[in-house]
Formats: sequence, structure tokens, C-alpha cells
Amino acid sequence: MQKILIKNLNLWYADFHALKDVNAAFEDRKITAIIGPSGCGKSTLLRVLNRMNDLVEDVRTSGEVLFDNGNILSPKCDLVSLRRKVGMVFQRPNPFPLSIYKNIVFAEKIHSPSTPRSGLDEIVEESLKAVLLWDELKDKLHKSALSLSLEQKQRLCIARLIAAKSEVVLMDEPCSTLDPQSTAGIEELMRELKKKYAIIIVTHNMQQAVRVSDYTGYFLLGELVEFGGTDKLFTNPKDKRTEDYITGRFG
Amino acid sequence: MKNSKTTQKIAFFFLLLATLLIILPVGLIVVIIVVKGLPAISWSFIFDMPKDGMRAGGIWPAIVGTICLVAGAVLFALLIGVMAAIYLSEYARDNLLTRIIKLAIVNLSGVPSVIFGLFGLSLFVVFLKFGSSIIAGSLTLGIMVLPIIIAASRVALESVPHSFREVSLSLGASKWQTIRHIVLPNAIPGIMTGTILEIGRAAGETAPILFTVAAFYLPHLPGSIFDQAMALPYHLYVISTQVPNVDEKIRYGTALVLLILVLFVNLVAIIVRSKFRKKKKW
Repeated sequence: MQKILIKNLNLWYADFHALKDVNAAFEDRKITAIIGPSGCGKSTLLRVLNRMNDLVEDVRTSGEVLFDNGNILSPKCDLVSLRRKVGMVFQRPNPFPLSIYKNIVFAEKIHSPSTPRSGLDEIVEESLKAVLLWDELKDKLHKSALSLSLEQKQRLCIARLIAAKSEVVLMDEPCSTLDPQSTAGIEELMRELKKKYAIIIVTHNMQQAVRVSDYTGYFLLGELVEFGGTDKLFTNPKDKRTEDYITGRFG
Repeated sequence: MKNSKTTQKIAFFFLLLATLLIILPVGLIVVIIVVKGLPAISWSFIFDMPKDGMRAGGIWPAIVGTICLVAGAVLFALLIGVMAAIYLSEYARDNLLTRIIKLAIVNLSGVPSVIFGLFGLSLFVVFLKFGSSIIAGSLTLGIMVLPIIIAASRVALESVPHSFREVSLSLGASKWQTIRHIVLPNAIPGIMTGTILEIGRAAGETAPILFTVAAFYLPHLPGSIFDQAMALPYHLYVISTQVPNVDEKIRYGTALVLLILVLFVNLVAIIVRSKFRKKKKW
């Protein structure tokens, strides 16, 4: 089932044409990887999907991005509910300088301040279990989230999205600051999470795309050069430019 | 080779001398005031009303007056200053209005304190008919410390990492919720430090309160914010220049109390700041 459908998407930062006529569909309960050299527009695309590009001045878009039967690029789109449903995991793990508990219930407290304590407790337990941190952290929920290891922090950030009831998880190079073992841990978690969520991951690491993703899109200079099943794209690319990139002749 | 070493030694000597010269006046001020003022300090000096045209008795109304004035000034300046700082650092776009506001703030901090006094006299005392009162004096002092409070608050707000705002927004929080729940709590220690330092300045200024609140001799405590009050810096000025035959001990005792008050406040600022630095890990 298609979760997000992108039709003829163009994006400009002032005069710079950053995304050129992109068409793509992201499936629910699958992992889609977006690869490509630096500055090719992959992070920009990710940030269109929850309108985080709005934070940048002088951005213009054209085309459609359909999610939940609506065009999220429309000025009428409810940003609060969109960003709740389409959550983002950033490159650097970025928990708030609050306790583990307060990090997780942040969205809930903002959106429904009257949730009783027991409801919050439940949310914390469920989301920490979902990211396999519950057993490690259940006795120190009120410790500062800044005291955790990098991998734990990144898992906590994912738990924070789960607690916000996200449906789509956008990941912007979520493992680039982690060591290989922690990376393997996060990848394992992604496989677990895709049973419930649509995951879209931007990565520099082609091996990572091969390991975790079901679909892959290759971006070059703002253009989606090729999009398809990961196996097919990496073993039998249709486009010469994709082949150059994945075989390491370029990039 | 030897020559360059000697030159270096001479340079070091003069640099050290210049640095020591900074310590000297501070040390002397403290020593002189403590030595001459300490004998005056007693329970009754601090907690009694002045008597005999201020030649005897205590300075309690001046202490209370100063505390009231400073509390009022800080309350006012914090309220306006933090709101203005939030507007400037979070909402304002870089346009003509913003530039005019920033220019005004810079200029405000350059205005001599006696001018603030005259301004307070004409606006609060005369035009708004507050009369010579604590509220007029507090507002005048408040406006005087406003630029620094705005500047400190802006620095504090802007030092909260951009990533915190980004995450908060990405979780569906509105801009105001982000400021309210993430940015402001993390900026509070910085705002506090700036504010506390300004308390010291407000407590010590004489000119702004001269025309707006300070009573020459008022041997009872103020009853409301619309009353006149005595204040330490002005009291010190009065007993040193306007009243003949005041015992030196009383003058230096008053100075010592003012100095201790201000130094104590600054000490609090230093402790708050060091706690804040230890906690800050991003």
C-alpha cells in the first residue's frame, strides 16, 4: 500500500533548483532508502515530507505530495498533525536536555496536556519496549537523557516518535555518528519497526541501503535517476549513472 | 639572544604591573570601607530607624527602600526584557523595524543615568502623576537596566542549540510551544545571570532615583508603592554632603552595607552561572 505519493515535485532554494520533477511512491511497512552523493537533494526531499523545509527562508515548491488523501504542500495542510504523523530522526542523536521520561512524553504533553500520569507511564513503557531499551532503562527513567550512550540516544529519539504516534519515520543518516556495532543495532531495530511503520532513510552508506531497504532511490543533482526494488537497483541498474555510482566509479 | 630575553622580562614586568594596578583600587576600596565602616555595623545600625537628622540610629528604611526599588525594577525589566528578547531572537525578521529596535536598545544603554532620572521625573512622576514614589523609581531603574537584560536574554536564547528547536517542531510542536517548553527553560540560567548582575547596578545607582523616589529623611518604612522611600546610595550621598557633623563611622557603615549587598548579589550570579555551566552538556 502506498503511504506517500510524490507527483512532479520541484523545489527551489531562491534560484537554486534543488529537486527536479521528482516522482516517487513510498510504501507502507517497507523501508525505502535514498542514496546519492552529497548535495544531490536527498535530505531536501526528506525534509519536504514533513515540511521542515519551511524553516529555511525563500523556499518554493511545485507539484504534489499526497499523504492521508491530502496534498501536504498545500498551504491548508495542518503542519502540527502532519509533523506528528511524519516524524524525523536526525543525523546527530538529539534528545532534549530533559529526563528520559520527559523526552518520550514531550509530544503527548504538548498535544494532549490532560493525559493522566498512568497514560503517560504506559506510553513510556510501550515506546521504550518498541526500541528495545525498556529493560536497560526502566530503572532510570528520570535520569537525564544526555547521560545515555550515542546509540541509546538515537533509540530514544526513535522512541520519542513512536510515542508521538508517528506513522512514517524519516531518517536522515541516522547512523553516521555511530560505530559499526551500534549501527547494526539500529538497523536491526529498523527491520523490527517496519512491521508497523513506513520508513524512509537517507544514507551515504550504500551497504546500509542494501542491508536494510526494500526499495532504493538514487538521486543525482536534484534528479531522481532511478527508483525501484533494492535488489534490482543494485544488481541490475537500468541507468548508466546509477551503475557508475553503485560500482564506485563515481561519488 | 640575551637582549631579547631581557626585553621580554621588562615587557612581562610592565604587563604584570598594569594587571596589579587593576587589583589595587578594588582592594583599597574594600579595605578602607571595611576598616572604617565595620565598627558602625551592629544589629541596631541595620534594623533601626535613623534619628537626630540621620546623625544617629540605623539605616533600616534605606535598606528596605533599596530592596523594594530593585525588586520592582527587576520585575519590570525582566517581564519586558525577556518578551522583547524572545521577539527579537525568535520572531523578528531582519527588516527596517527590527534594525530600528536594535539601534534603540544600543542607544538606550549609552544614555547617562542622570538622564534616566530626568526622564523618570517627567514621565512617571509628573505626566503619569505617580508622584515621587517607589513605583516611579522602580520603573526608571527598570528602563535603565532594560538594554542589558534584553542583550543577556538574547544571548541566552540564541545559545540554545538550533537542533532542539528543530526536533521540537518536527514533533509537531508549534513555534510558541517550542519556545515555551524547550527554548525558554534552557535559556533561564543565562537570563538569570544577566539579571542578577544588573541588580547590583540598579542597587547602586543614585541619579535615576534622585528625582523619582528618594526621600531626604523619612524615618519610617514605606506603606505602599506610591510612597516615597529612602534608598542606600542616595542616603549615603545625603549624609556625606548635605548633613553636617555626621560621624564618619556611620557614612562608612552605610557604604559597607551597600557594598555587601551588591557583592552578595554578584556572588549569587557567579554561583548560578557555574552551576549552569556544569549542567550544560550540549
